[in-house]
Amino acid sequence: MAGPTTTTAKVDYAAAMNLAPVAPGDWLVVAPVLIGLLGGAICLMARKNVSLQPKLAMFFLSLLVAANVGLLARVLDQGVITMVMGGWLPPFGIAFTVDPLGATLSLIASVVAFCAGLFGISTVDSTGRRYGFYPFLVLLMSGVCGAFLTGDLFNLYVWFEVLLISSYGLLILGNSRVQLDGAVKYGVLNLIGTNFFLIGTGMVYGVFGTLNMADIAIKISELDAPASGTLLTIAVLYFLAFAMKAAAFPVNFWLPASYHTPNIVVSAVFAGLLTKVGVYALLRIMVLIMPASREYLADLIALVAIATLLTGAFGALAQSEIRRLLGYLVIAGIGAMLAGLAIGTNPEVTTTAISGTIFYAVHSIIVMTALYMAAGVMNQLGGSYDLRGLGGLYQQNVAFAALFLVLAFAVSGLPPFSGFWPKVILVDAAFSDGRGWLGAAILFSGFLTTIAMGRVWIYAFWRGGPEGTPDGQAVAPADGQSAGTVIGATVWVPLGILTAMVVYFGLQPEWMIDLSARGAAGLVDPLGYVRSVFGDQ
Amino acid sequence: METVPAILVGLFFAVSVYLMLSKQLVRMMLGIAILGNAVNMSIFVNGRLTREVPPVIPEGLLVPTEVTANPLPQALVLTAIVISFSFFAFLLVLAFRAYQEVGTDDVNDMRVAEPENDPLPPQGY
Repeated sequence: MAGPTTTTAKVDYAAAMNLAPVAPGDWLVVAPVLIGLLGGAICLMARKNVSLQPKLAMFFLSLLVAANVGLLARVLDQGVITMVMGGWLPPFGIAFTVDPLGATLSLIASVVAFCAGLFGISTVDSTGRRYGFYPFLVLLMSGVCGAFLTGDLFNLYVWFEVLLISSYGLLILGNSRVQLDGAVKYGVLNLIGTNFFLIGTGMVYGVFGTLNMADIAIKISELDAPASGTLLTIAVLYFLAFAMKAAAFPVNFWLPASYHTPNIVVSAVFAGLLTKVGVYALLRIMVLIMPASREYLADLIALVAIATLLTGAFGALAQSEIRRLLGYLVIAGIGAMLAGLAIGTNPEVTTTAISGTIFYAVHSIIVMTALYMAAGVMNQLGGSYDLRGLGGLYQQNVAFAALFLVLAFAVSGLPPFSGFWPKVILVDAAFSDGRGWLGAAILFSGFLTTIAMGRVWIYAFWRGGPEGTPDGQAVAPADGQSAGTVIGATVWVPLGILTAMVVYFGLQPEWMIDLSARGAAGLVDPLGYVRSVFGDQ
Repeated sequence: METVPAILVGLFFAVSVYLMLSKQLVRMMLGIAILGNAVNMSIFVNGRLTREVPPVIPEGLLVPTEVTANPLPQALVLTAIVISFSFFAFLLVLAFRAYQEVGTDDVNDMRVAEPENDPLPPQGY
């Protein structure tokens, strides 16, 4: 230890703190989290005012979208941005480090939340609003954006808990029997998952004495054995924890047990966002921080990916409840994303595969949310969520039928919609890496998904009426009230925005491919990320 | 110094896993409570244990004169305790409400969200 120094000497604060003022644009780094927390608090204060609440929430959610657009533009312009809380020099202060990956996902997530808020105006009744749909939604977004933007492992845990507690609130909104049953499974398994995450984080701290992601990435890359037993244990703990969050096989059973129980707009938000935060955390930790462990575990990840792809697709085939069917499709999508994580031993192939995963995550966020919303509209029009009780929707509303068909094509990975390109990238990377089985599993899962979605289309849209309708005849739905239901603007606009994005990313994929490639490159070669935290050393 | 607490942590994990594998929801809740404590203690032990030397710098000095207790794991554990406590409280209420509604605390019988004899999707076109 250095000899004692007296305080009479001038204290050099610059040794421990960053004294330079923060550039005005860099405040955008914390803006999404601040908007989420502030907006959630203000919506909570207006809890009793059911007509004001949606307006407040939509204001904050549009502010969130604007902040994320600004943040992504700044990151693309200036490279990775870091902001350290309290001005403490890293690794001592908690760092928010925003790279193209985090900013992209944060932006897409906020757009989806904006659409969900809009959709909620017509589907969440005044009781649901009084019990806090909008405060929970906005707070959930602060958790989601915080998880995407933070550069500190323990802080990531905290944001996970913020989004988890908000999701509990949303899940049991309505307090019905089936919801409580689903929420028990969701609640218990997700809490156990975060505990695994916390064990891993404690071990990381025990081994490296730091929690800053960039700092850990450097320390691991400097080790002689970057995949030693201790590190592999940590990597496996993280993989288990985030696989649980992402609902990968064999820890996927909480998802189909709970996602169909809450209000349809809540299901839509969950299906879009929550599992993808798990995938994002896997990317961040397995690729940026522990690349050697990822290569070591690649076969295991590939196996899990194949099992997840098949579970999801076969599960979807076996369901006649549309929301449960969609829940299994969420799982199938997670399998495709995990496949990208398993591919690649040389940086070039890895970057391609990871970029496929990122694009797939963006696609899945948009299309799963839109599909759940569409299921809500199908229930509104046909009076049922079950394939047996639905029919004749094509005659009822041709425009909606067309929109559903676009989404069905997209989720099956058929061109020319957004699901096609990430699958092309992933399958191509899988074959060039010699993992043909993985590519085959992705294609087979897509094929089964096409059958499942085709069945929904035939039963709910094409045939004349619900089960029991004579062949060749068209009847109005059994539920007399829902005949001639008009779909309002608060339903059309969010569905339209999401479907437009699906079509746009399908027809003009270059922009998104380029963005995911930049995100993947920043993960595979962490130099830019580390430099942003520690400066050019 | 860390050996004895490490064994204790292992014991806690064993107890919590045993309880969480139970069919009864109440036992699972107890298992989760113990799991939270086990995790907190493992973080604490991971931060290395020392005798009670507070990390206080004497007057007139800039660095402490001897090896002090590590305050960071304590801060982490404090955060984790608050979070796991609030989650546990929520889960307890949730489990009680579920018991009231479903009428059983045997998780094998809690099949409301996923009914046992769920009909298969319609066959043929």
